[in-house]
Formats: sequence, structure tokens, C-alpha cells
Amino acid sequence: MDIHELTAGYALDALDPGERADYEEHLSSCERCREELQGFWHVSGALAHAAGGPMPPASLRERILEQARSERSNVVPLRRPRFVVPALSSVAAVAAVAAIGLGLWANSLSRDLDRVESERAVLGDPNARTFPSVSGKADLVVRPSGEAVLIVRTLPPAPEGKDYEIWIFEDGVPRRAGLFEQPGVALLTRRLEPGQKVAVTLEADGGVDAPTGAALFTASAA
Amino acid sequence: MRPRDLAHLSDEALVALVSRSNEPALAELYDRVSGIAYGLAHRILRDESLAEDAVQDAFLGLWRNAGSFIPERAKASTWILTLVHRRAVDLVRREQRRRTEPLDHAPEPSEGSAEEAAWLRLDRQRVQTALAELPDQQREAIELAYYGGYTQSELAERLGEPLGTIKSRMFAGLSRLRELLGNDMQTSGAKGTPWTSTS
Repeated sequence: MDIHELTAGYALDALDPGERADYEEHLSSCERCREELQGFWHVSGALAHAAGGPMPPASLRERILEQARSERSNVVPLRRPRFVVPALSSVAAVAAVAAIGLGLWANSLSRDLDRVESERAVLGDPNARTFPSVSGKADLVVRPSGEAVLIVRTLPPAPEGKDYEIWIFEDGVPRRAGLFEQPGVALLTRRLEPGQKVAVTLEADGGVDAPTGAALFTASAA
Repeated sequence: MRPRDLAHLSDEALVALVSRSNEPALAELYDRVSGIAYGLAHRILRDESLAEDAVQDAFLGLWRNAGSFIPERAKASTWILTLVHRRAVDLVRREQRRRTEPLDHAPEPSEGSAEEAAWLRLDRQRVQTALAELPDQQREAIELAYYGGYTQSELAERLGEPLGTIKSRMFAGLSRLRELLGNDMQTSGAKGTPWTSTS
């Protein structure tokens, strides 16, 4: 059978371990399968919603949050000695591997690693400052270096043939500062000086040289 | 960010906050997804304590790896449920739990379902309706794989069919479901605000 047809089995977690590994390797180089998998994962997500079953006990929430808290104290501080490895139970370690496997899928696709790393660097910088947008539609997170991301909450996905474009106003002139298609995290492609204003408009696919539409929201790094 | 503000954030924005170790964001995501996640794990594992383990492992996996999530590629809730599902089937295979039991049907949701939002009930109905439209053999392959945790080769053995037949059924069934369900499933607890053209 064609390896492409394993996409369904992969989306249902029904491949044998060897096949799963082969397929994940294949996925990193096959755009067709990645797109198909996206659609199939949408279906398996729907199947999850139809599973029924009981509600979790209240104690589970506290247990998870407590464990998360204790891990954070192990891994986050910048002065963490290099030789300390966060303690994971063997069971949890397997989960981490599964998550990384899925992350590998995500990371290898359509979006370069540098950008993901940059977003992570901004979001993970304890010295970054957060500025809510005027409308509350987004938060602007800015590192002291000026690297910044927008965390966009309440926009619908951009219509076919359109992108959301980010602008930074330099001396009152809007400069292109990145594109995004749907809510989530968007990296600004240009550094932000203190006090500068950011706006988002809806533009033709790929962006334009100067904004044509009304600002959907604005935020200021001040 | 203050916890009371989180209710207005999308699931994807919450994952972004989780990636910077924001605990209230993790709690908010848990509150949105854990009911479905636990129901799924329980259906597969048929054991409360194992189902709790699967959900816990998945959420801690999220806590550690939220930075690797790419919102362009999947909804955050789908990503979390994928983590839960994979963990649950790994556990059920290790426990050899379901091998002797017959296939069962979707349990009626029990406690807590009274508070379940209407959209979730509608989602469930839509999926069950779509499943019912599949040819029996395709539906059986998908249900045994997804809810039973069977691999394709285990299914071939159990059903006495060639492996290639099982793979084809699964592919055909999932493709058909994708058509039937379209892209408009409201599979998320995020409470978006209506679209407005200006701020």
C-alpha cells in the first residue's frame, strides 16, 4: 500500500509502532500528507467530541495543576544549573515524547523554525512586557530588545485570498511588520521601539506596501 | 494576565500563554477540554484511574511542549485531544485491557452532561449521524480503531480480513466523514466575540 494511505491510520493512532515512525518520517517531507492529515485530524477531533463517557473527578484538576507548578519551579528560572535535569516519571516521559512527536510534525511544516524559536523567545522572556490592545482583541508582548509578538484572540480566520497584516508606525508612517491568517501568535518582523503604535488591517494575500483598510485594532508599546 | 481575563481568549492564545508557563492559562484550557478528554480516555480505557493517567500525562505534555504547537496547522483543542488519544491507546495496548471484550456503543454521557453546552450536544449528534451514514464495515473499522485502540494489523486479525482491506476501509471511511462533517464543527470551548470590522 502507498504510504500516503497510512494517513488515516495515523490520524486514528492505529498504526503499529514501526509504521508510525516510518510515517512520521515521511510526513516531514510530504506536503500532500500534511494537508491530508490536517483534514483527518479535524475528523478525529470530532470523534473525540462524540465519545461520551463520564466527567473527570474534581481531584484530577488540582493534581495536574500541582504537578505543573512543581515542574515549573524546576525548569523555568534562567539561573538553573545546566546539569539539573527536570525529574519526569517514566509515564510522563512517554507523554512528553508523544507530544514532541506531534510537535515535530508541527515544527517541520510550512513555517520556518527560526520564526517559531523567535516567538518562543519572546513569549518565554521573563522581562517581556505585555500591552493589551485598545479593543482587547489582542495582547502585544515586547522584549526589551524590541522583538515582539501579537497574541490575537478574537479575529475570525482571514477569508480566502486575504491576510491580516501588522503595521508598526515609525514617525507616523505605517511600516509592514508581518502577516498572519488566524488568531494565535504572530511574530512582528520588525523591532518595536518604546512608545510605538501597532495596527492590524485585512489586506490581499501576501500583504501590501501601505494599509488600505481600516485598522481592526491597535496597540501601543507604552 | 489575571485569571478572569482568560475566558475571552481563544484556545490558541491560551496555549501561547501556557508556553510561557502561565498556570491560569493551563487551568482555563483544562476547564475547557478536560470533560471531552476524560470521556474519550475513559471510553478507550474503561478504567477511571487509567483514564485519569492519560489525561494527566497529556496535559503535562502540553505544559512542557506548548511551544511546539503551531496554530496554523490545527486547533489547539484538537491538538490536546490528539495527545490524550495517543496516550490512551498506548496505555490500553500496554494493559491488554480491551482484547477480550466485545465492541460496545457510545455510552450515554453521565454526570455533568446537564451543564454541557448546547453546541457540544449538537457536535455529538452531528458526528453520530455522520458515522451512521458510513457503510457498516467502514464504521466498524473506525470505531474499533479510534475508540477501541486497535491497530490496523490487530483489526485485520480480529476481523479475519487482509490488512490492505482494513487500511482501505479506514481511509475510505475517514475521507467520507471528512466530507460529511465539513469544516464547520464548533469543536472548541473558546467563546469568541462577534466579528466587528473596526475596533
